[in-house]
Amino acid sequence: MDFTEVPVSDQGKGKKKKNKKTKKQKVSEEGEARGDDIDTKDGVKMERTEPVTVFPPTFSVSEIKNKQRRHLMFMKLKQDKRKQKIMLKKKKKKEREALGDKAPPKEVPKTIENQRVYDETTVDPDDEEVKFDEETDEFAAYFNRLTNPKVLITTSDRPRGRTVRFCEQLATVIPNAHVYYRRGLALKRIIPQCIARDFTYLMVINEDRKMPNGLVLCHLPDGPTAHFKVSSVRLRKEIKRRGKDPTAHPEVILNNFSTRLGHSIGRLFAALFPQDPHFVGRQVATFHNQRDFIFFRFHRYIFKNEKKVGIRELGPRFTLKLRSLQKGTFDSKFGEYEWVLKRHEMDSCRRKFQL
Amino acid sequence: MSVMDAWLGAETGLLKGVSVSRKQAVNFSSSSCLDRAQEVRALSWAGPGETELLVGSADGLVRTFSAEKGTFTSSRRCGEPHEGCFSGLHALGSALVTCTEKGAVRVWKEHSDVPVTEVRAGEHVHRMRQSPVAPHRVATGGKETPVKIWDLENPDKPMFTAKNLRDTWLDLRQPHWVRDMAFIPGTDRLVSCTGYHQVHVYDPSSPQRRPVLEAVFGEYPLTALSLPVDGHTVAVANTQGQMALLDLRKGLVCGVLKGASGSVRALQCHMTLPLIASCGLDRHLRIHSLQDRKLQHKVYLKSRLNCLLFSSNDPNAEAKPVKVKEEEEEEDEVWDKMESVHEDRGAHEEDCVHEDRGAHEEDCVHEDRGAHEEDCVHEDRGAHEEDCVHEDDCVHEDRGMHKEEKVQYTKGKNKRKTDSKTGQKKTKKQKN
Repeated sequence: MDFTEVPVSDQGKGKKKKNKKTKKQKVSEEGEARGDDIDTKDGVKMERTEPVTVFPPTFSVSEIKNKQRRHLMFMKLKQDKRKQKIMLKKKKKKEREALGDKAPPKEVPKTIENQRVYDETTVDPDDEEVKFDEETDEFAAYFNRLTNPKVLITTSDRPRGRTVRFCEQLATVIPNAHVYYRRGLALKRIIPQCIARDFTYLMVINEDRKMPNGLVLCHLPDGPTAHFKVSSVRLRKEIKRRGKDPTAHPEVILNNFSTRLGHSIGRLFAALFPQDPHFVGRQVATFHNQRDFIFFRFHRYIFKNEKKVGIRELGPRFTLKLRSLQKGTFDSKFGEYEWVLKRHEMDSCRRKFQL
Repeated sequence: MSVMDAWLGAETGLLKGVSVSRKQAVNFSSSSCLDRAQEVRALSWAGPGETELLVGSADGLVRTFSAEKGTFTSSRRCGEPHEGCFSGLHALGSALVTCTEKGAVRVWKEHSDVPVTEVRAGEHVHRMRQSPVAPHRVATGGKETPVKIWDLENPDKPMFTAKNLRDTWLDLRQPHWVRDMAFIPGTDRLVSCTGYHQVHVYDPSSPQRRPVLEAVFGEYPLTALSLPVDGHTVAVANTQGQMALLDLRKGLVCGVLKGASGSVRALQCHMTLPLIASCGLDRHLRIHSLQDRKLQHKVYLKSRLNCLLFSSNDPNAEAKPVKVKEEEEEEDEVWDKMESVHEDRGAHEEDCVHEDRGAHEEDCVHEDRGAHEEDCVHEDRGAHEEDCVHEDDCVHEDRGMHKEEKVQYTKGKNKRKTDSKTGQKKTKKQKN
């Protein structure tokens, strides 16, 4: 048969993407490709070659019309690849063992956390200016043990069940916290009354569509106001294998607040809890910052021996994301902001974080 | 010390001098321990030459700082702390004009503790500014206190009092909160910005006491204002860190300067070059170029910054390397040697030497090259090469990093676009 006479357009009908690349190849390759059926060759990806050079007969799995057979061939292809990968790994491992001490160090995979851009505002523990700044800022009274924290927890107007339960559970987690019903009062009027009654924190949980979604944390005498976005709230009954309700003053763990802004926020959280934790109660509240999201967890721990700890999660669990930090008490319209979240800032650099 | 490009006052009581071309920031303090009561509230030049600074702090003292010597030379008591912090401080020949937040504008003669003239400028004065043309004219304005222009030689009545805007369509009185103002050079007019995100232009020579032009920017109070050299634009900034250039002929926004993440407390344009410096609560000094509105320099200074003074140095010029005389002599010898040996290709030899690091014996020349490298290699964040370090802190520059990252990411985006386009083209042709 005279294969060269068959026009190219004939073959061009059913084929999809690879056609432009494979057109020239197909013309010369017809004989092999035509009578080809599924089980002859393995799926080898098409190569871009010039018409002059000789190339191996290529065949792609995507050209088989029959769905079941195509699936089978694809599965085979995948298994082959997997086998090759395992073989390569074993080989590497052998080489590493053979070399012993001289083996090159194990490569650490790149993650966004370890590729994080160095932030120039990272606090150096020895820096005097920053130390002075922190010693004399709005939290100085708390850290010098002059005041005890007293927290007022309230919600936005007309809260639904979930938010109310969240507030109650928060009040058990934070010692010396009182929950008050909002009743449509203006925050700017509540604040002077709180100051008169010696409250040190005002916590307002904002609700949207029956779910808590925002948190305004205002340090009272004249302190900064932080506005967070709350997500992923899990109440006590939704936590699996949880322990009994918290009883004592917890210890506080603040992880990964490294920049200057992170320090301010970390101190804001630390000043919520009393300075003397009851170690007997073995309860700990953790604020873990990762990629600008702050995860709150509350656990009870027990040391089985020196190296092993058992933990049980109690209490609610939620994540926070800082939206703005405002100097002074709550005044969203006329207050001065120390930091405001800009919406598309992460788009330009995914490895740069603020906290 | 006249090398410093910008002087900043911080909330912790420090006076900071920043040299952008050398990437250094130096802290100056009048006492060995820091004190919040010395929070710097007002900064101004003490005279026409930029050699001395007047630093007004929250405890009511005005200190004079000598830029040449690098120390505080004298201090004066100009008011009690309970009267409010300084909202304006200017030099009037050899005398001082100060203004407190409670509205007392006072003129202090040298070496006297009692003010010569005192003017009551309202209940709350947020800012007082001096006219660059006529130094005895000052403008004041504050919350519910309209803009007033005073002539200090006739302090009984203000020369010009602005009238509040007309009542709204509901016949309600419009609230009034002047936060900053500036005299437009060349004309008699005055620009002011308010806490209700308005910018007003007043013309005292016209019979109209209401603003001649009103422009609006953003939704947050405008905190600072500055006039660039060209005269028909004004730069404003608000409490959320948004900075913009407004055109004064029509009142429209020309462009926005991006970068600040916190409230901007002070803005100043450079005297001759199209540059603008800003500082604020986010603890950074930023210098933008006015022509392309791009960020040129960003310096992290660890405390919240209250006020700013731009010197007339060119921050983009390469810094002259500061050297001790002996080194210069040694250098000269080395250069002389080189020239004498290679007369024809003298220029080429020098170039080769610049690239060739660490070669030959030139220790002193290495220092010289070190300074040049600092200026040239802007991208290198790790450039800790300092010529003569007698300060406490050294500040890392961030500019280069920003540029690199932007370049990387835009390249990536372009690549992906072209690929998809070619893919689409291919399929289209086949269908035809």
